[in-house]
Amino acid sequence: MCLGVPGKILEISGDMATVELGKATVQVSMQLLDGGTVGEYVIVHAGFAIERLDIDAARKTLEAMDAFGELS
Amino acid sequence: MKYIDEFKDLVRGSGILKEIVRLATFKVSFMEICGSHTHVICKSGLRALLPDNINLISGPGCPVCVTSQPEIDAIIDFADSNKDVIITTFGDMLRVPGSSSTLEQVRARATDVRVIYSPLGALSIARQSPQKEVVLLSVGFETTAPLIASVLQTAQAEGITNLTVYPLHKLTPPAMAVLLDSKDMRIDGFICPGHVTAIIGADAYGFIAKDYKRPCVVTGFEPLDALFAIYMLLLQIKEGRADIENEYKRVVSGTGNARARAIMDHVFEPSDALWRGLGSIPMSGLSLRDDYMGFSAAKRFGIDITKYTDSSKGTLDCRCADVLRGVINPAQCPLFATACTPTAPQGPCMVSDEGACAAWYTYERTAVAL
Repeated sequence: MCLGVPGKILEISGDMATVELGKATVQVSMQLLDGGTVGEYVIVHAGFAIERLDIDAARKTLEAMDAFGELS
Repeated sequence: MKYIDEFKDLVRGSGILKEIVRLATFKVSFMEICGSHTHVICKSGLRALLPDNINLISGPGCPVCVTSQPEIDAIIDFADSNKDVIITTFGDMLRVPGSSSTLEQVRARATDVRVIYSPLGALSIARQSPQKEVVLLSVGFETTAPLIASVLQTAQAEGITNLTVYPLHKLTPPAMAVLLDSKDMRIDGFICPGHVTAIIGADAYGFIAKDYKRPCVVTGFEPLDALFAIYMLLLQIKEGRADIENEYKRVVSGTGNARARAIMDHVFEPSDALWRGLGSIPMSGLSLRDDYMGFSAAKRFGIDITKYTDSSKGTLDCRCADVLRGVINPAQCPLFATACTPTAPQGPCMVSDEGACAAWYTYERTAVAL
């Protein structure tokens, strides 16, 4: 139910955005976000973008995970 | 897919796992609150990889599962006796066993029950069929409630009068407090729900660290997110800390999505709610505010929940209530994988993909003695 999938905004038109989810393209409501930009990643839950995905934060988390690989 | 596959990488995972094995010199029980976490933990086989002294408990995080039996019975009866209404709901609701029927069986008896992927679907149907009453049976936690609120705001702005909602929403932090107060078990740390927290913000769990001295890690939904969260929880315990940490910083902030919360607060107000397994919890549900009472299905159709009693205790030996509290794991229920299977579910936890019993049945049966 709380399933959310990251997708890239391809186009914005009014309150709706066209979002690329893997190989699919879906129409998503942007009403729960304060604006949005083409090229940004958002988390899509049941037809709505519920939050932005911060690419820098994703990279930092992966780096933190990778730190163990280097230690071991 | 980008920002998914990287968090499934086996090599990356083996480094984290080694560190978990090194840290896990003591016995701990961690609870994952979200049904999506239950699903990913089972599907990825994490339980079999972890040291035996780390016990992962599934919590009350499947919205369909925590919906109380009286509410299930009330909506099934309503659907069965209103053949001229279009009922819209999420797919998981269809096969939840009521005391005498399911929504799927009601549909077979000619009620127009439609599965929607998004609440926007209910809005579209209401626009397309202005002569019909459209009822949205909405379940879900803080992740989903703002969506329903947004749809009702749109409906109000457009003057749509043939759409009503029967809200069965639940709020997460009050349920966590009930679990922590429970004498049934000890939870040493929480794997906190990433998408609920995207809305409410990580700061919402402050009371768990402060009052209960238990660590919390807000966690994403890929296998390595769960693995890394387990490492972060272990490290906190090892260092004697009980902090709110955030593994899912790529999506979740401390304060959450203020706009989504404002929309939710505009339409709904907190109210007491009845949970399967946990009973009545003060201010753990959402009711429509006066300005939106025109969208109340209960009011328009006179659905009276007080007519229904909680008969779930008498349903065979179904132990969903205990599974939801984390008191037993699914395999400890006498019906698991015998009388109760995904094709013949006896309780909601075997129906939903996010239910602990369904996830254990699909992915964990090799790990348990049957």
